[in-house]
Amino acid sequence: MSTPLLDVLGVVKRFGGLTALAEVSLTIGRGEIYGLIGPNGAGKTTLFNVLTGLYVPDAGEVRLDDAPLPLKQPHRVVRAGVARTFQNIRLFANMTALENVMVGRHLRTRAGVFGAMLRTAATRAEEKAIAERAHALLHYVGVERHSNVIARNLSYGDQRRLEIARALATEPRLLALDEPAAGMNPTERLALGQLVGRIRADGTTVLLIEHDVKLVMGLCDRVAVLDYGKRIAEGAPREVQRDPAVIAAYLGVEAAHAA
Amino acid sequence: MDIFLQQLINGLTLGSVYAVVALGYTMVYGIIQLINFAHGEVVMIGGMVALWTIGALAGSAGLPPTVVVLAGVASAVPVCMLLGWSIERAAYRPLRGAPRLAPLITAIGISIILQNVALMIFSRNPLPFPQILPNPVFEVAGATISLVQIIIIATCLLLMGGLTLLVYRTRLGMAMRATSENPAVAGLMGIPIDRVISTTFVIGAGLGAVAGVLNGLYYGIVHYTFGAMLGLKAFCAAVLGGIGNMAGAMLGGILLGVVEALGTGYIGEMTDLCHVGFLSTALAERCARDGHVVLFGSNYQDVFAFLVLIVVLVFRPSGLLGERVSDRA
Repeated sequence: MSTPLLDVLGVVKRFGGLTALAEVSLTIGRGEIYGLIGPNGAGKTTLFNVLTGLYVPDAGEVRLDDAPLPLKQPHRVVRAGVARTFQNIRLFANMTALENVMVGRHLRTRAGVFGAMLRTAATRAEEKAIAERAHALLHYVGVERHSNVIARNLSYGDQRRLEIARALATEPRLLALDEPAAGMNPTERLALGQLVGRIRADGTTVLLIEHDVKLVMGLCDRVAVLDYGKRIAEGAPREVQRDPAVIAAYLGVEAAHAA
Repeated sequence: MDIFLQQLINGLTLGSVYAVVALGYTMVYGIIQLINFAHGEVVMIGGMVALWTIGALAGSAGLPPTVVVLAGVASAVPVCMLLGWSIERAAYRPLRGAPRLAPLITAIGISIILQNVALMIFSRNPLPFPQILPNPVFEVAGATISLVQIIIIATCLLLMGGLTLLVYRTRLGMAMRATSENPAVAGLMGIPIDRVISTTFVIGAGLGAVAGVLNGLYYGIVHYTFGAMLGLKAFCAAVLGGIGNMAGAMLGGILLGVVEALGTGYIGEMTDLCHVGFLSTALAERCARDGHVVLFGSNYQDVFAFLVLIVVLVFRPSGLLGERVSDRA
């Protein structure tokens, strides 16, 4: 493992009597593609929501580059460098593809109310730069020909890619993808895998929740397995696949003995 | 004189003011789903502050009247912006996660507080708004339009155009639209939603301040309650257009102004019982004597906005340009 980028330290999240995350700890190395898998309800998305500031954990800490993430304020988490996509797509449905990405540029730009009203040269130059960068990102994920289409009219696969472009617009150090291949056909999955590989090659660390075992095994450097809010295994995909605890979690205890 | 054209002109004047006030309602509703009932009072305070400034400047130096009026606007706008910001900060932000009824009731409370503060500061008497602008009247195809009416319509169109550009063409506008579509996701994309919400209140209040001054210029009188009625009508306009929709607020405001003016212009004739004088001999006698027996006169002016509200809520609750309710991509 390379130098650590993200440290999750003993994170606990309870909803009433249900413990969704029970002291989960994991470390993601810089430049890794890190997979997070587990049966439905294992707490994967809850962990995502904690990492991105949507839920405040009951205990524990998350550190990015050894500095604590301001988990109570989502927009500051993004500023620190963690961006995400959603399992159930959450684009700004009534805005165009281009505008969706431009929203993601917001925090890396600064023009305020008065600049906007007075149309200063600096503001106009900045807005032009935002639009150009947004176009470049749409091209990067392969939806540039739909840049002026209203997001809700895009195909499902394109919506998923657009979400990735919007997240990349915030210039994250860690990109968290929540089931990016859900609902995609095999061709789209292949293209998605290539896109994720390219994102990592271009210097962004990727955290991936995914059910498609083939995709996870082919793509991830390391994998952590969650079950009932606990981390039951971590390691290279091949090792984790053979781990009896993991097999038990997915297929039941008897199957684990049989294996 | 052509009464239809005349009332159309009056309606456009009224309606453009309604439209600017309605924008304040609809922007806030669009972004936090709150009907900010205190908005009318912000408009009233704008008119009052401008009255002070204009009164103070008009008496003394030999400033040209245009400059004095502009100074009135320039004083009202920042005061109202600060007021709008403070209201959101003190009254609505602490209730961000609360059920929707709580901030709504709070809004009504703020409205009552502001009215009573205004009552204490500005007295309970109607105050004359200095009519210092030259106000020549122009003849257009049998109707008349005054310079003040032209100024009001032009200013409002300018504000509406400017706001549209701001919302659809700028980085801030994009942040506002994103926040209004989905505040949680907007936050996760790095938008400081609290600041965007504050800015929305500030812009709405600034527009309201200008509307308050224009209202004073038009009617020549301000009273601590004028914001309440103006606010309610603008709210009707926002609902007519589809609350939360900016183009709808502008369209609704102008339509409502025209409906109100035409309704007021024709209501006397429409409800003249002499049209049906044959029904009773007593009535026929009075008609022969007085010429008219009018059931509702133009003092029923304020009824039309609320009739429109009722009709919209019954037949098209989402308004003329309102969108279907959907929250998924």
